[in-house]
Amino acid sequence: MKKLFLEFLSIFLVFSMLAACSQTSSNEGSGDSGSKDGKKRFAIVFKNTGNPYGEKQMDGFKQAIEALGHEAILKAPDQPTAEAQIQMIEELISQKVDSIAIVGNDPDALQPALKKAMDQGIKVLSLDSAVNAQSRMVHVNQADPVAIGRVQIEAISEMIGGKGQIAVLSATSQATNQNAWIEQMKETLKDPKYKDIELVKVAYGDDLRDKSVSETEALLKSYPDLKGIIAPTTVGIAAAGKVLTDKGLKDKVHLTGLGLPSEMAEYIESGVCDWMYLWNPIDVGYLAGYAADALVNETITGKVGDKFTAGDLGEKEIVEDGDGTQIMLGDPFKFDASNIAEWKEVY
Amino acid sequence: MDQVNKKPFSWKGFFLQWEWMLILLFLVVNVINTNLSPFYLDSVGLRDATMTFLDKAFMVFPMVMIMILRDIDISVSSTVALASVVMAHLYTLGVPMELAVVICLAVGAVCGLINGLLIVKFKELSAVIVTLSTMIIYRGIAYIILEDQSAGSFPEWFGFLGWGYIGGVPFILIAFVMMAVLFGLLLHKTTFGRRIYAIGNNPTASRFSGVQVDKIKIIVFTLAGVMAAITALFLTSRMGSTRPNVALGYELDVIAMVVLGGISTAGGKGKMIGAIIAVFLIGFLRYGLGLINMPAQVLMIIIGLLLIVAVMVPNLKPKAKAKGKPPKSQDQQIAG
Amino acid sequence: MTANNGQKGTLIENIAKFREVGLLGFIIILSVVIQWRNSSFLTWENINDMITNTAILSILAVGMMLVIITRGIDLSIGATLALSGMIAALTVGAFPNLSPILAILLGTMIGLVSGVILGAIISKGGVLPIIATLGMMYIFRGLTFMVSGGQWVSAHQMPDSFKGIATGSFLGINNLILIAVLIYVAFYYFINHTRTGRQIYAVGSNPDSAKISGINHDKIIWLVYTIMGGLSGLAGVLWVSKFASAQGDTASGYELTVIAACVLGGVNIAGGSGKISGIILGSVLIGIMNNALPLINVSPFWQTGIQGSIILIAVVLNALVKRGVDMNALMRRRI
Repeated sequence: MKKLFLEFLSIFLVFSMLAACSQTSSNEGSGDSGSKDGKKRFAIVFKNTGNPYGEKQMDGFKQAIEALGHEAILKAPDQPTAEAQIQMIEELISQKVDSIAIVGNDPDALQPALKKAMDQGIKVLSLDSAVNAQSRMVHVNQADPVAIGRVQIEAISEMIGGKGQIAVLSATSQATNQNAWIEQMKETLKDPKYKDIELVKVAYGDDLRDKSVSETEALLKSYPDLKGIIAPTTVGIAAAGKVLTDKGLKDKVHLTGLGLPSEMAEYIESGVCDWMYLWNPIDVGYLAGYAADALVNETITGKVGDKFTAGDLGEKEIVEDGDGTQIMLGDPFKFDASNIAEWKEVY
Repeated sequence: MDQVNKKPFSWKGFFLQWEWMLILLFLVVNVINTNLSPFYLDSVGLRDATMTFLDKAFMVFPMVMIMILRDIDISVSSTVALASVVMAHLYTLGVPMELAVVICLAVGAVCGLINGLLIVKFKELSAVIVTLSTMIIYRGIAYIILEDQSAGSFPEWFGFLGWGYIGGVPFILIAFVMMAVLFGLLLHKTTFGRRIYAIGNNPTASRFSGVQVDKIKIIVFTLAGVMAAITALFLTSRMGSTRPNVALGYELDVIAMVVLGGISTAGGKGKMIGAIIAVFLIGFLRYGLGLINMPAQVLMIIIGLLLIVAVMVPNLKPKAKAKGKPPKSQDQQIAG
Repeated sequence: MTANNGQKGTLIENIAKFREVGLLGFIIILSVVIQWRNSSFLTWENINDMITNTAILSILAVGMMLVIITRGIDLSIGATLALSGMIAALTVGAFPNLSPILAILLGTMIGLVSGVILGAIISKGGVLPIIATLGMMYIFRGLTFMVSGGQWVSAHQMPDSFKGIATGSFLGINNLILIAVLIYVAFYYFINHTRTGRQIYAVGSNPDSAKISGINHDKIIWLVYTIMGGLSGLAGVLWVSKFASAQGDTASGYELTVIAACVLGGVNIAGGSGKISGIILGSVLIGIMNNALPLINVSPFWQTGIQGSIILIAVVLNALVKRGVDMNALMRRRI
C-alpha cells in the first residue's frame, strides 16, 4: 500500500505544481479569461514567441486596446507555424472573443480556421504579414510593398554608385512578406535607370544566424566583384553586418535592407551599413488595435472608402489591395547614423 | 508497472499500471482546466478541441510499434510534408482529387517502405541515422516540387475530413477511434503484434526462433509511412492548402506522446492504450492552458515537467526492493 | 573495443583497419567535386571560415559522443546552449567590464548545472534519456524565453571584449578553433587514458557486466550528462560571441545536426563504441556541406534534398566499406 500511496502523492504534487504555475502566470499575464465585467476582448496572434519585433507589435496593440477601455489577449506559438496558429484560433473561438488580429505564418493555410471564426461573428483582421483576402475583413499594412522594394533598390544603387553586382539575402523561401518585397525589387530593377545593376542571386538564410552567415560568406566568395547586399530581414541583415565587419569589407561591399534598429545599431554606427529601413512595429500593432475596435463597433466593415480615427495616428482610410482591402500605415522609415542612437533603445 | 506482470493477477497490480496513472492524470488535468477557465467545460469547445490535435495523433499508432521494436522514426513529419505536397501539386495539375488522395497514401507507403528497407538491409546503421537522412531528403523533395509556392483550393468535400461532423461528432475523432481499435487489436490480439513484442524483448532470440524480423520491421515502417500520409490528408484538409514546410517538428510531438504513454525506448514494453490516453492528456492540457492564454514559454515548461515528473516519480520507489537488480528493470513484459 | 585495435603494424594495415576509411574517402571525393564546381572552395580563406564555423559543432559532438556511448541521447543541448548564451549575454550587457574569461566560465557553469540536473534525473530518477532530455529541452527553452523577456541581446549591448572571444586569434589561429582543438586533445586523453574514460565505454558496451565489475553505473551516467551540459554551456557563450546576438530560439533543432555528426562519424547509437577521429570526420562532413552547398551554384530549393542525399550516401558507403574491413579482420582472426 505504501507504493500506492506514494504514487498518488506524487501525482498530487505534480499537479499542485502545475496549478501553481498556471495560477501565477494567469495573474500576471494578459487576459485572465475575463468577460466578468462585460469588457470586450480583442486578441492578437503573432508569428512566434520570443521575437522582439513581435513583442513590440503586441505592445502597440495592447496600448490601443487598453486606451479604448477593452481587454487585450496576446498570443504567440512557440514555433512560427500555421498549424500552431490554427490551434490558437480555435482556442480564441472557444473563448468567444470579439476580434482576432493575426500576423499570418502562411497566407492561405489559416483560411478554414479564420472563416470559422468569422462565421461565429468574430471580426478578423490581419496585420504585418497578410492572410489571403477570403480569410480576413481588412489588412493593416505596415508599408506599401512597392515602396519597400523601391527604397531598398534606390538605397543600394546610391551606395554602389549605380553600377555593379548585388545579391539579396532573405529569410526562408516560404516567407510571404520577403517574397513579395523581393518581387518588387526585381520589378524596380527593370527601370532603365538601374540597367547597370545586376542581381546575381537570392540566397535564403532561413532567419538562422549560422545559415545566414554561411550564405553571406558564400556570396562573397562566389561573386568576388559583389558590390552590395540587400537583406530584407533582421537576422539576415545583422548576420551580413557581422560578416562584413569581421572580414573588414566595410566600403567594399555595401549593405542595406530591413532590420530592427537595436540589432543593427552596431553596424550602422560603424558604417558597415550606411542606412536601412523599417517601420515602427509599435505603430503597426497600435493601428491594428484601433482597426479591430472599429470593426467590432461596426464603424467600418472592411469596405474600400471606410474611415475611422486611429488614436494618435489620426484618421485612416481603407484602400484597395488586390482582391481585398487594407489600411496603410505609411512609408518605411530610414535609419542612419544620425538617428540610430535614439531608436536603438526603443525597438 | 515493471513489477506488476510477474504475479498472476492482483487487483492492486492491475490498478497500479501506468495506464491508470495516465487516466488519473487526465482527470486531474480536466478538473484543473475547468477551474481555470469558464470556457473549458463546453461540449462544443471540447469537441472542436479534439480536431486541433488529432491530426498528428494518427502517427502515434505505428510509432508505438516502432519503439517497441527498439527503433525510432524521425522522418514521419517530412513524410507528411511530402505526401501532402505531392497530392496538392497533382491536384493543381488537374488530377482528380480522389486519385490524388490515393497517390498521397501511396507516397506515404513508399517513404515508409524505403525507411524499412534501408534499416533492414544495413543492419549496422541505426534507425536514427537512416530516418534522420530520409527526413532531410523527403522534406528536400517537397521543396523541389513546390519551391516557394503553396498549393490548394481543394474541392468542398475534402474540407470535410478536417472540419466535418457526423451526427455531431468530428469526423477526425471517429476516424481516430476506429484506427485506435484497429491498431490496438493488431498489436495486442494478433500473432503479428506478439512478434513485435518478442523482437523488442530480444531480437536475436526471435530471429533464431524463426520470427521473420526483417519482414515485420519493413511492414511496421511502411505502416508508419501510411499513417503519416493519413495525417497529411487531415492536416491539408484543415489548412485548405499546403507548402513544403508543413508539419515541422511533428516527430518530437509524436515521440513525446508515445513515451508519456509508457512505451519504453529500450523496447518490448508498453501498450497502445497508454499512448492513446497520452494523446488526449497532452491535447487537453494544451487546449486548457491555451484557453487561459498561457504564454507559450510557460506552456513549454509545463509540458516538459509533465514528461519528466510523470515518468520519474513512480521510479522513486523505496530503493530497498530494487537493490541488487540492474538499474533499469529488465523484466520481460508479455502484454496482450 | 575498437580503439585498442591496431596499435602495431604498418601504416597500410592501420589504414585498412581504420573503420571510417569509407567516410574519409567520401569526404575527399566530395571536396574534389565541389572544388571543380567552385574554385574558391579550397582556398585558405574558405577553409579557415569553414573550420571556424564548424568549431562549435565539433565541441558539442564530443559531449554527444560520450552520451551516445553510454546508450543515451541528449535532445536538450540546443536549449541548454541558448539558455547559457542568453544569460551570459545578459550578464555582459549589464556588466560591460566583465572579463571575457569570466563570461565563458559563467556560461559553462550554467551548462554544467543544467547537465547536473539532467544527469540526476536520468541516473537517480531512472528516466530514460530520450524522455528526460526531451522534457528538459522544453523546460530550458521556456526558461530562455522567460529570462530574456522575449527580447534579444544585440551587438551594441555587448562589449567588444566579449565579441572578441570568437573573432580574436592566437598565433594566427582563431580562438574558436583553438578552444575546439584544446577540448579534443583533453578528451582524447580522458577517454583513452584514464580509468573513468574507459569506464564510460564499459558502461556502454555492457551495463550489466560493468556493474558486476564494480563500476558505479549511476555516477558514470551522471558524469557524461554533466560534461555534455558543460560543453553546451561553453558552446552557448561561443555562439553568442560569434554571431554577436542572443535570441530565445538560438540553435533550435541544432541537436539533430550534432547527432548526425556523431552518427556519421561512426558512433554507434546502440552504445559502446565511438572514436574522437570519427567525430572529427563527421563534423567535417557536416561543415563542408553547410559551407559548400551555398557555394556550388544550385537552386536553393535543391539544397535540402542534396544535403539529405549526401548524408545517406555517406553512411551507406561507410557501412559498405566497414563490412569489407571487418570481413578482412575477421578472416585474419579466425581460429
